[in-house]
Amino acid sequence: MLSISGLSKTYEARGGGKTLALTELDLMVRRSEFISVVGPSGCGKSTLLKILAGILPRSTGEIELAGELLTGPSRHIGLVFQAPLLLPWLTVKENILVPAKIQRLDLVAAAKRADELIEMVGLGAFARSYPKELSGGMQQRVGICRALIHDPDFLLMDEPFGALDAMTRETMNAELQRIWSLSGKTVMLITHSIPEAVYLADRVIVMTPRPGRIVDDIAIDLPRPRDLAMHSNPQFGEYVMRIRRHFNSEGSLDA
Amino acid sequence: MTRPSTKHLAAAAQQIALLAVVLGVWEASVRIFDVPAIVLPSPISIFEQLVKLLGSALFYRHIWVTLSEILGGFVLGSAAGILLGTAIGLSRVLARLLFPYVIAFETMPKVAIAPIIVIWAGYGTGSKVIIAALIVFFPLLANTVMGLRSAPREEIEMLRAFTATRWQIFRMAQLKHALPHIFTGLDIAIVLSVIGAIVGEFVGAKAGLGYLILQNNFNFNIAGSFAVLFVLSGIGIVLHWIVSAVHERVVFWVDSAPALSRN
Repeated sequence: MLSISGLSKTYEARGGGKTLALTELDLMVRRSEFISVVGPSGCGKSTLLKILAGILPRSTGEIELAGELLTGPSRHIGLVFQAPLLLPWLTVKENILVPAKIQRLDLVAAAKRADELIEMVGLGAFARSYPKELSGGMQQRVGICRALIHDPDFLLMDEPFGALDAMTRETMNAELQRIWSLSGKTVMLITHSIPEAVYLADRVIVMTPRPGRIVDDIAIDLPRPRDLAMHSNPQFGEYVMRIRRHFNSEGSLDA
Repeated sequence: MTRPSTKHLAAAAQQIALLAVVLGVWEASVRIFDVPAIVLPSPISIFEQLVKLLGSALFYRHIWVTLSEILGGFVLGSAAGILLGTAIGLSRVLARLLFPYVIAFETMPKVAIAPIIVIWAGYGTGSKVIIAALIVFFPLLANTVMGLRSAPREEIEMLRAFTATRWQIFRMAQLKHALPHIFTGLDIAIVLSVIGAIVGEFVGAKAGLGYLILQNNFNFNIAGSFAVLFVLSGIGIVLHWIVSAVHERVVFWVDSAPALSRN
């Protein structure tokens, strides 16, 4: 599904200095797999995301997505951002239709799909509302619908719940798990919450900074569907501990 | 956007009360100190002149001439400002190339250019339209450039990631973000356009409200000049209201009121 080989990214500072943001990154993601990428600030996970999204050029390496070499923004990808980034002059439904409009898809079919997605995330009553009338969690759910409207194979999420309070975040995690199991998409979730990474993923990729690289790749062998009680499962705790150890030696995580 | 109407009415009542007080003090001082009408006419004599003007058919021709100069200058100057502003706002190369000249042009006092324009374009409405357009041009240009650059980078990246082209990004995000700024420019421009038309008529005209003010001054009919001034100010206020109303309707997602609020 997704195959990254030898990927690196060097930022050139104005003074001529160079920062190695990502180095020699290799990663394979299977179809319908849910992987989490976890790491502290500066480990290059956002750089990785921007390169995959096609909005940042890479320095070296190759990326193959759905059998094609990635050269820029791809229709196979649906993106969810840290901030919802909804357009304030569009209604919920119009916001969800933005990628469909950009990609000139059949708008009648897309509108029908938008209605289904809005129902799926429980925002049926808000299709005609404007973003400022919604809470942060609701806006982020609209963002998820927008990322799915063009039926991409690959859902890429950049700390989508980072700005939400703990309670909303747990609900959104459960919701995301449900959406993923219904849609069968391949998902890459970038987060700095270790429990969130373990709770949602089939595999957790651990990254550390200076320079950004992958230091661990852990298969999460926990039964699905996972409910909130999973957090107190001893095996869950062991995964979390194993990941946390990487950061105790390399610096701390934000959450 | 929807303000309570009682508040609205109370504000209007206060504004009218203030006007009444000012006019009262004015009328009283003119009478008490016996000020000659040539220096400062009394509000009542101005009102009499106003009634006389409004009763003459010729006056409406003058209003029409000036109004068409104002609107012509507003439309022409705004369109030019928005178009060039869009070019400069979207292209760094054009910005670097043109901006020094735009600034140089803006520092030229338009009042000083006005006589030249009248020589070029004649004593008719055309020269007034051009002068008003020249004054209106810059605020629109500056606001359009600023507005286009105000689109958040993350939002543009979001659209790019969904494979948007440059044109789509312009249409779907940058233009929308520019609209509040453009309307702020239009709010300023409509008032400037009134000034431009009158400046043009002062330099040389055969009709219009500015021409009428000059005529009254030559005849020492200062009350008449004041009456025309009040009509001009009324025209300015109504035009500003119209622009503000369109502003609020078009830019409905921004909560703030237009630059010069109605109240």
